[in-house]
Amino acid sequence: MNATSPSSSRLGAWIAICVGASYFLIPLIATFEFSLRMLRGEYSFEAYRVVFADPLFQATFGYSIMMAVVTIVVGVLLVVPTAYWVQLRMPKLRPLVEFITLLPLVIPAIVIVFGYLRIFGSNSWIPLTGNERATDFLLVCSYVTLSLPYMYRSIDTGLRSIDVRTLTEAAEVLGAGTFTILFKVIFPNLRSAILSGAFLTFAVVIGEFTMASLLNRPAFGPYLQLVGANKAYEPSALAVMAFMITWASMGLIQVFGRNAKNATKQ
Amino acid sequence: MAHTLNFETGQVPAKSVYWRWHWLGVLPFLLFAALFLIVPTGYLMVGAFQDEAGHFTFSNIINLWTDSIIQAYWISLRISAASALGGGTIGFLLAWAAVQGKLPAWIRPTLMTFSGVASNFAGVPLAFAFLATLGRVGLVTALMRKYLGFDLYSTGFSILSFTGLTLTYLYFQIPLMVLIVSPALEGLKREWREACDCLGGSAYHYWRYIALPVLWPSIMGAMLLLFANAFGAVATAYALTGSSLNIVPILLYAQIRGDVLHNPNLGYALALGMVVITGVSNAGYIWLRSKSEKGRT
Repeated sequence: MNATSPSSSRLGAWIAICVGASYFLIPLIATFEFSLRMLRGEYSFEAYRVVFADPLFQATFGYSIMMAVVTIVVGVLLVVPTAYWVQLRMPKLRPLVEFITLLPLVIPAIVIVFGYLRIFGSNSWIPLTGNERATDFLLVCSYVTLSLPYMYRSIDTGLRSIDVRTLTEAAEVLGAGTFTILFKVIFPNLRSAILSGAFLTFAVVIGEFTMASLLNRPAFGPYLQLVGANKAYEPSALAVMAFMITWASMGLIQVFGRNAKNATKQ
Repeated sequence: MAHTLNFETGQVPAKSVYWRWHWLGVLPFLLFAALFLIVPTGYLMVGAFQDEAGHFTFSNIINLWTDSIIQAYWISLRISAASALGGGTIGFLLAWAAVQGKLPAWIRPTLMTFSGVASNFAGVPLAFAFLATLGRVGLVTALMRKYLGFDLYSTGFSILSFTGLTLTYLYFQIPLMVLIVSPALEGLKREWREACDCLGGSAYHYWRYIALPVLWPSIMGAMLLLFANAFGAVATAYALTGSSLNIVPILLYAQIRGDVLHNPNLGYALALGMVVITGVSNAGYIWLRSKSEKGRT
């Protein structure tokens, strides 16, 4: 028994890995293969060419990138000072702040946006859905909310790995004010944590459907849905591109994380 | 930790004058959370207990017990449970294989990276990927027909069905399980297995009396998290099935778009039901996680 169990467990492990790997890979291969089938009888990148040439693709993709960038900037400016302040001055508030940042994982996005439409509807106190710029602002706020769990966790992890108190006191002794400390001392030390939060946010926001669709904004997610309902081969090409964007975001997090580790070692 | 705490208490008397100003530092965050998270959700939760004139009532909650709404909840619960159980089991086996399976060293980091990507690959593109795989003209469907002479769709299977949606959800559920449960598996000590072997225990004894009793809070908790994760998902289901599959998030989507229930307050009750279900499963997750952390020390 003892002689056979390690090798049989290794065989079991290989089987589990192979089954898992095929479940991950087969849909990707199938999607890629499907996306090449647009021209009858040969493989070609025609579907990708058609997608890139679609003005609606360019407009919605550009719009979503812009929304993602604004979301990241707003999210970082909101979360970094808060997490810093909680760590340094208000440790008693940490459970509350952590709880709030986890709420977007508990409350489904569709419920949050439903609430927005009631609170910020055209006949409410703060009618943000009235004009397009205001709705864009609301969409950014909804994305900041959605990305709070990811942003807060990576920045909090980053803050725990540096000695916030010593850095702050050293800067105070040298005569720096709170803003100088935040922007010249804390932000640079959190670079890799901020970047990993930013890429996660980007991956979440770029193809987001529920919020953008119900707020009626011309984002990439609703465009994907529209193409899916009306076209045959373009959706596969778009899915391959979406997968590559997700992959790139996660890959960049790893790269920056590794650089940060090396930098602290040196 | 003890050091910081002592430091803190030493600081408090000197700085107690500033205490109330320290609130200002978290004020923007609290304001933001109130305005864009708490108040909008709270408004719906309160509205679920009001009639159209704003008076308190339970009638919306009672009206949830109509056939079409109960059916939507039932299908949603079954899809979430099936994808949580399936994703939980397969994800656990994968994590076990990578952490404890004595496989080549490169497998584990590769699996973790891939899980990070796949658990974030959800929404509309995921629906496209599964249409291209298991749809009527999908690659796997076509290959099965060509080489096995087996027509998947003759069995009544459809990617737009309960089974189809569950299989699709597994694509992000399995990797999510791998990410959540791996730390718990890493906590299993090799000595426990060796002690079991020395006492003449078999693999069955090891799992039945040692590993699973230690791991079950983590496994159950992770599955509850998967359950909530599937329950709130809209985009994948909407892109895959349109409105042909009557699940709660899609019903709520239709309600927000066009008041299909002909009663706004009933819509709030529908949202309340979703929050209660995801809230309870998340609370269960947190409770089980604290249990498993306590068990380890």
